[in-house]
Amino acid sequence: MQEIWDILPGLGDKLAAHVVLAASAIALAMLIALPMAVWAGRSRTVSRIALSLASLVQTIPALALLALFFPLLLSLRSVFGEGLPTLGFLPALMALTLYALLPILRNAVTAQANLDEGVLEAADGVGMTKWQKLVLVEAPLSAPFIMAGIRTASVWTIGAATLATTIGQPSLGDPIFAGLQTQNWALVLAGCLASAGLALAADNLLWVIEVGLARRKRWMTYGGMAIVVLGILAALWGQRSDETERPIVIASKQFSEQYILAQLIGSRLEAAGYTVEYRDGLGSAVVHSAVASSSVDISVDYTGTIWANFLKRADNPGREAMYETIREWEARQNGVKVLGRLGFENAYAFAMRSDRAQELGVTSLADLVGKGGALTVGGDPEFFERPEWLAVRDAYGLRFGKTRNFAPTFMYDALRSGEADVISAYTSDGRIAADKLVVLADPKAALPSYDALLLLSPRIAEDPGVAAALQPLLGAITVEAMREANFAVDREDAGKLTPKQAAEQLRKRVEIGK
Amino acid sequence: METAPPLLRFDGVTCRFGEVTAVGGVTCDIAAGCFVAMVGASGSGKSTLLKTVNTLVEPTGGRVLFAGEDVSELPPARLRRRVGYVFQGIGLFPHFSVAENIAIGPRLAGEKLAPARIAELLELVELDPAYSARMPDELSGGQRQRVGVARALAGEPELLIMDEPFGALDPVTRDALGRKVRELHGRLGLTTVMVTHDMAEALLLADRVVVMDKGAMVADATPHALLAGEGGAVAQRLVSVPREQAERLAAMELRG
Repeated sequence: MQEIWDILPGLGDKLAAHVVLAASAIALAMLIALPMAVWAGRSRTVSRIALSLASLVQTIPALALLALFFPLLLSLRSVFGEGLPTLGFLPALMALTLYALLPILRNAVTAQANLDEGVLEAADGVGMTKWQKLVLVEAPLSAPFIMAGIRTASVWTIGAATLATTIGQPSLGDPIFAGLQTQNWALVLAGCLASAGLALAADNLLWVIEVGLARRKRWMTYGGMAIVVLGILAALWGQRSDETERPIVIASKQFSEQYILAQLIGSRLEAAGYTVEYRDGLGSAVVHSAVASSSVDISVDYTGTIWANFLKRADNPGREAMYETIREWEARQNGVKVLGRLGFENAYAFAMRSDRAQELGVTSLADLVGKGGALTVGGDPEFFERPEWLAVRDAYGLRFGKTRNFAPTFMYDALRSGEADVISAYTSDGRIAADKLVVLADPKAALPSYDALLLLSPRIAEDPGVAAALQPLLGAITVEAMREANFAVDREDAGKLTPKQAAEQLRKRVEIGK
Repeated sequence: METAPPLLRFDGVTCRFGEVTAVGGVTCDIAAGCFVAMVGASGSGKSTLLKTVNTLVEPTGGRVLFAGEDVSELPPARLRRRVGYVFQGIGLFPHFSVAENIAIGPRLAGEKLAPARIAELLELVELDPAYSARMPDELSGGQRQRVGVARALAGEPELLIMDEPFGALDPVTRDALGRKVRELHGRLGLTTVMVTHDMAEALLLADRVVVMDKGAMVADATPHALLAGEGGAVAQRLVSVPREQAERLAAMELRG
């Protein structure tokens, strides 16, 4: 409990970013929805189309909606030029605005439809123009209902804005995602508490405004509005940045190793006098494009991932050939510089509990043939769609009784509890050693190599200072060192470290090793 | 009265809504200063005809002349400020006080109505000027319609048109407000057209009764002439209802 209170004061920046993002999305949604509602009030067709579209948007999971704006904006660069941001505030704003449209639009349309006929006839009868009727009669009488819609939209948007973390926009989702991946529950709870508190505060403030409008209590309406405006201004003030030059942005995907390496890279660059910024918890597919488009500057990726996902190759020419091909392809295709290999691999491997493996007499993938029908295999959410899985399955002719998806953190728990018999583990994962797991041999070499690479965006590809600062990391991180650091972050007992602390230990080890 | 130029002229007015003909070619002149009642059953077209005056309904044929001008050529907002409109729904603006409701017409025209004038208008409809600060939902139905009448009179209209103005009121309030409106008609020198389905009300209040049936004008006579048996079958059927009621009540009184 105490831990949570220690974390909360440090979330000021994230809170400010969260407020600015959510408030902008609501404001933009109002700008779109309110005129549209007026139009819908005059045409049944418009009303039906607008409401159907807004409802359709609601059926898309918020996470997917946020992710979809990345490729969309990337393709729009051909129209608006390379300056168009593809990650961060802009796509988050667009997705959340779409999400906020429905409640505002629906309440505004319903409010208009339920206005008293007699009052509308009187407005015409006393000689109001259409505009006067809207401003003097329709708008004030609909206002409390519209406000209720804005309230709903605000609560939704503040909740959904935590997901903006995955597309590189700082928000209260940062501690939640970082905490989930490193099993730092205090961090997760602190993020949830902060965003829930913000949602509750917004809900109550807007309720005061709504009641003020409904009961015609001006002091409530204007008082509530004043506090909302002050809150947004404070958030904007908290967000102001006094730096003139863009810092070097270090990306990480959603697992511990990535958080640790990002911190390690950041500390080396800071020691060399650079300012750095972290974009933690990006979606795996987003990171590579983000580096290629210089939306972020540095990422750690893996040869096997780039090979399958971006070169679209399914063959396995061997570790060295793969590395050289990727290096050449990145430079030619994306202007991305592959600075080098960190020294360890984070490959896919199949792991089992040692007692279970012994019981079944399994030591390699080949031993699973014929026994798989009774077994459950667990993989991370993308694993069963990946070419590695298809390659292994086809190379050995494997058939499993059941396949199940788990978040990477929970795969090991599933193995421990017997919910899965075999999992797709990662070779650099500290839990393999800690849980005394058996990694099944791959005699047919069906699984490709996954050398960890350091990628530099076109923006800093030729920066000699950056290259010099990061040079000592190349070839310096052994798989044992990485496993140890990962386990320090993933473990849940007293020895648990934050990614930053683990990175510090790893840095010392690397520097001593040199 | 006969020599005065007509303030309002219906000239072959026709209103069709799709297949339905609500008003089928009505021609009628209404002289300034006259109190005309339009009577007919539901669906006879009387309300539709009335609403062509302030262009809440646009005729599909013919035209309506107000003081010699075709109403369809006048800017609707300006026309409606010259024509006071009272209707069954009343339609007080619930978010405006009584004073704000009464002052809305002049306010739209860019004038501010003085509190003294609002008090005067409230007194005209026999409401205490202290009511001016109240909100509509604090008033009874009869009080609301009194405010509705005051609002219609606030812009000093040349013409007052009323669509079933007392339809939703209890009989006592209805009678009192009817008499009040008739008195104001005389005192303020108004021209009034009132639509009602109640022949007794029409006979008691109007100078002239126009009877509508299936979109056509079937009778146009003074209350005296109607009571004397003129105006044709439809009009006489409508007159017979209150007359028989009155006779039965008189008979009951005689029997004790």
